[in-house]
Amino acid sequence: MWDYLKLAGLGLVAVLAAIAANYARDLAYQVNALTVMLAAGIAFLWVLRTAGDPKPNVQHEYFDSVIRAGAIATAFWGVVGFLVGVVIASQLAFPWLNFEFLQGFGNFGRLRPLHTSAVIFAFGGNALIMSSFYIVQRTSAARLFGGSLGWFVFWGWQLVIVLAATGYVLGATQAKEYAEPVWYVDILITVVWVGLLIAFMGTLLKRKEPHIYVANWFLLSMILTVAMLHLVNNLAIPVSIFGSEQVQLFSGVQDAMVQWWYGHNAVGFFLTAGFLGMMYYFVPKQVERPVYSYKLSIIHFWALIFLYIWAGPHHLHYTALPEWAATLGMVFSVILWMPSWGGMINGLMTLSGAWDKLRTDPIIRMMVVSIGFYGMSTFEGPMMSIKAVNSLSHYTDWTIGHVHSGALGWNGMITFGVLYYLVPRLWNREGLYSLKLVSWHFWLATIGIVLYASSMWVTGIMEGLMWREVDANGFLVNAFADTVAAKFPMYVVRASGGALFLTGALIMCWNLWMTVRAQPAKATQNSMVPAE
Amino acid sequence: MCAKPLKKEPRQVETTGHSWDGIEEWNNPLPRWWVWVFVGTIVWGVGYTVAYPAWPLLTEATPGVIGGNTRLDVATEIAAVDKSNEAIKAKLVAADLTAISADEELANFATNAGAAIFRTNCATCHGSGAAGVEGKGYPNLLDDDWLWGGTMEDIHLTITHGIRNTTDKDARYSEMPKFGADEILDATQIAQVAEHVLALSGQEHDATLAAAGATVFVDAGCNACHMDDGTGDRMQGAPNLTDAIWLYGGSREAIIETVTYARFGVMPNWNERLSEDEIRAVAFFVHSRGGGE
Repeated sequence: MWDYLKLAGLGLVAVLAAIAANYARDLAYQVNALTVMLAAGIAFLWVLRTAGDPKPNVQHEYFDSVIRAGAIATAFWGVVGFLVGVVIASQLAFPWLNFEFLQGFGNFGRLRPLHTSAVIFAFGGNALIMSSFYIVQRTSAARLFGGSLGWFVFWGWQLVIVLAATGYVLGATQAKEYAEPVWYVDILITVVWVGLLIAFMGTLLKRKEPHIYVANWFLLSMILTVAMLHLVNNLAIPVSIFGSEQVQLFSGVQDAMVQWWYGHNAVGFFLTAGFLGMMYYFVPKQVERPVYSYKLSIIHFWALIFLYIWAGPHHLHYTALPEWAATLGMVFSVILWMPSWGGMINGLMTLSGAWDKLRTDPIIRMMVVSIGFYGMSTFEGPMMSIKAVNSLSHYTDWTIGHVHSGALGWNGMITFGVLYYLVPRLWNREGLYSLKLVSWHFWLATIGIVLYASSMWVTGIMEGLMWREVDANGFLVNAFADTVAAKFPMYVVRASGGALFLTGALIMCWNLWMTVRAQPAKATQNSMVPAE
Repeated sequence: MCAKPLKKEPRQVETTGHSWDGIEEWNNPLPRWWVWVFVGTIVWGVGYTVAYPAWPLLTEATPGVIGGNTRLDVATEIAAVDKSNEAIKAKLVAADLTAISADEELANFATNAGAAIFRTNCATCHGSGAAGVEGKGYPNLLDDDWLWGGTMEDIHLTITHGIRNTTDKDARYSEMPKFGADEILDATQIAQVAEHVLALSGQEHDATLAAAGATVFVDAGCNACHMDDGTGDRMQGAPNLTDAIWLYGGSREAIIETVTYARFGVMPNWNERLSEDEIRAVAFFVHSRGGGE
């Protein structure tokens, strides 16, 4: 019966998508509608082929197949995102790389949101979904709730990524940073995200452990808050149901404030709280030591959750935003410093008594460097939110450097560590194919980040100083083009740092591939046992 | 950091007693320095919001004990600079355009101010070094080849009203006919006149075609603006065709394209964006780049 319902639903979606493609008012909408039609068609055939197959009884096993798919997707989208990043970094250094034949789909303006979304939502999003499924099952000693809901979340998220990416390249965007997807993609995101919430909450509710582990607090706060942010920031009215254009509900400084309330908390809850959830599970597992302090985890969790949500206005210093809002944004950002560092302390101090493992285990090294970058960027962030500092740093490459020491250092490195941890376990393999290659990855990535961040500090501070330089009569000393010319060498350094980081990720993919292909299988059973 | 000798203390704390998938948690107390820095930032935050505009009330926000406003700060700074430049600006506006260079103080100020205004407003097209973009229609302002004249008065007029814009009826205006697109000349004639233009500028050319082109040059009326000898007419902004300086390129292909479709370079009128003293300063700056007449 359930299969018939699914078939009917998928058939309906495919037909509606075909109709939408026919009436499409713009190319991006048409391509997206055809993509949805194709996806629904493939899903329809899949359900048809497997309908009535006997279902194996898996209720006493963890639902790991979707996590395996998540690991593959994380690695794949990571490489795509880093590659586009290297391309656009090179386009900035060498503008002729915006080839004439690429105009309108492959120039910097079109590729930039492709890079940011691929890294944050495709790479980071898949890492978060995969980890939350893994962690919530293990720490609840329960199978993921909702039958094949996990698969719906996984494939729904991939569809979101493909629709958003093709849309950007063809010009469909609502022009909000990190919230570029247009209205119908936003609706799909909402549906998939509710699926994630149900699967996660359902698993927590049927947990066999008496308490909810700290990692799950962070992950749940991520799921709930991102849902709220997404809904409010994407309030818009479509111009036509057959087009990708929409009109935002808010306008002017209100729109800017909502956008950066969203934007900053996308960083705060997606890239900080969610990834802290990953850290709280995978670091103690890999180090095989207890978490440093339960008290610290509970205090810094609530402080972080409460304070982050206020910090958005620091993105709008020295704009049309009222002075009082800027003050509040700055004050809350500075107070946020210690709650952010609580996570760093708990992560690093978990290693106390096991620091010697840094010498032997490159995965722990990766995780520790990741926590180090987390600590550095959560100090840098509050500092940059101070108005006086911001008057120099705002609109400069310093911001780009700050974001990347967080994204490459913290999010990237912890995700690599998690992939190295997960892949041998998910595929039941006797350890990784090569720890030496992990070391190579570690050094390439670390040097890449250092090159990236330091070159952006240099150019950021330099252009900030050049912009504000005035002579004795109060006249500007430099033309904007002068600052662009002065940044050239640092742009080359930045692009090469990115290339090193990408090379490291490719080595990781090879290593993980060989782990699955060539390592001997481990005879273990994948059953759920509540911990003592 | 390590004033007291390190000694290995036995761990006092216990775990919380729970275990998830093998993970336990120590019940360590909060690090003292962490608590104190956290409390410190909160105390500072409260103090800061008391001192500066912060908390929104019904109609407006708390103004703060110290108060202040970053937008006001900028306005104050700009006003201070304006005030200190007031006298010399008045002098610049009152001065005879050709007399500026004779007054050292005025000339220094105009060069400085003009350079800054140029970098902010003009560099977008003419380049931050004022060398223009060769072959793209953005004239080089460093040489002595002028389309509309290179005296202080000419440059001042061009900047004030602009060229071929629709916003200022006093803008300099002229329009080259689209000889090819409007079928005034056929392809053969265009090819011939292009050879003639190549010959005028002393470039390699086909002598037979150029000779025929010389006739076309007169018959089609090119000489009405560019003059019989091709040296151009500044009253109409018609470029000199006999030198090696080309606004849209001097190759055979570029000349044929120009004759076929014509060109229509536009410069904005700056009298709406810049004040008279600023226009004078930037005119003086451009005039003093080397080619001023």
